[in-house]
Amino acid sequence: MSIFEYNGAAIIAMAGKECVAIGSDLRLGVQFQTLATDYKKVYRIHDKLYIGLAGLSTDAQTLFHRFVFKHNMYKLREERDMKPATFSQMVSSTLYEKRFGPYFVSPVIAGLDPDTSEPYLAGMDTIGAIETAKDFMVAGTAPDSLYGMCESMWRPNMEAEELFETVSQCLQSGSDRDALSGWGAVVFVITKDEVIARTLKGRMD
Amino acid sequence: MVASGPFDFDLCSRNAYLESKGVKPPRLTKTGTTIVGLIFKDGVVLGADTRSTSDTTVADKNCEKIHFIAPNIYCCGAGTAADTENVTGMVSSALELHRYATDRESRVVTAMTMLKSHLFRYQGHVSAALVLGGVDLRGPHLFTVYPHGSTDSLPYATMGSGSLNAMAVFEEGYKEGLDRMGAVKLVARAIRSGIFNDLGSGSNVDVCVITRGKVDYMRNYEYLMDKTVARETPVVYPPGTAPVLKEKRWKINSTRPSEAAAGGSAEAMDVS
Repeated sequence: MSIFEYNGAAIIAMAGKECVAIGSDLRLGVQFQTLATDYKKVYRIHDKLYIGLAGLSTDAQTLFHRFVFKHNMYKLREERDMKPATFSQMVSSTLYEKRFGPYFVSPVIAGLDPDTSEPYLAGMDTIGAIETAKDFMVAGTAPDSLYGMCESMWRPNMEAEELFETVSQCLQSGSDRDALSGWGAVVFVITKDEVIARTLKGRMD
Repeated sequence: MVASGPFDFDLCSRNAYLESKGVKPPRLTKTGTTIVGLIFKDGVVLGADTRSTSDTTVADKNCEKIHFIAPNIYCCGAGTAADTENVTGMVSSALELHRYATDRESRVVTAMTMLKSHLFRYQGHVSAALVLGGVDLRGPHLFTVYPHGSTDSLPYATMGSGSLNAMAVFEEGYKEGLDRMGAVKLVARAIRSGIFNDLGSGSNVDVCVITRGKVDYMRNYEYLMDKTVARETPVVYPPGTAPVLKEKRWKINSTRPSEAAAGGSAEAMDVS
């Protein structure tokens, strides 16, 4: 067993035209036993910056609170929010510090540049090797089926509503082929001046 | 933070315990990689492919493996992606401070020594295999640095899983005193042989030419691979396809409706 398969997760982030979307499934389990069906794996840093944390939930929660702490310290010094690229460097160094005893978490970061509204997407392994993408980023217990969905469904320059439908379908269909994730999903669509959070109905098996 | 060294070993005992219970350690992103370098008449040419892998899955189809060290020094990295990224970053910032302190151009041997002493300290556990090249006051230099901290100074060098494919091309085509055009072409051919014959390497060719006082970083010098299929009729889901149970919207920089907060979201900090 890999520790990544202990709790189960499916996370997708996708870029559109001056918008990004990030979503996760809602299941929290201990191996094959489901404990909760309202467990979001996407966390808000600020309105234009979200992070999805797949992997061991105990580490995901610890890390999220460390990120909030570090982001607050940054805000006190700089009197502004972190830009997505800055934030992902911070996440990366937080993970690499634990190079020889890592957190069992693989993050996906989605954000909008505050000035240009350019979408920003990045993913990482457990020790903070950043991988930026122009199109989409996935993480979780069934990355292969999520990759497959995204690779064939993503198209450039999607508007917010199109992007929402695409992410939702990729997330749902991808996690339907994974026993450890599912039970509905949550999708955040971030545009220049609005955030839309939607909860989706999914298979309950 | 710990007293010495850049790493924190807090979670090691927990992770070792989990491993003893039969939990497999996570798979890391590797570069797979073909990276090369050679010395030509007026300087150094470095080359790299652009595939990164996580086990057998291609993690990134167009990553950057030629890292900036100093304005006159660059370094190709193979091995664990996080290690190559961080070890080059550490040396790069140390050299920048050194330049501010000494007001002199950085030397390639300095970078090489800093890399090897870091790698040797960690006995090969920081798995970075590097091809380091640059031009300084003593002329062009090319080094290979192995994960355990040993180094070679060579006229032409290859590293990574595609190193044998690339070296075959170099052994056949390398001559002393190549001109710039010939050197770049040979490097691109060596990388191509890695891309097409080694499964750990793939996608495109990056080339970096360093001569005295000038660097020409040619990102995607050869763009070999793009999507081979594009849907003629892309699947477009009409709005309203996804079964939405609940929706919350809020304007950015306004108060959020509390239930819509993402999981575990903390209280907003007041910084006014």
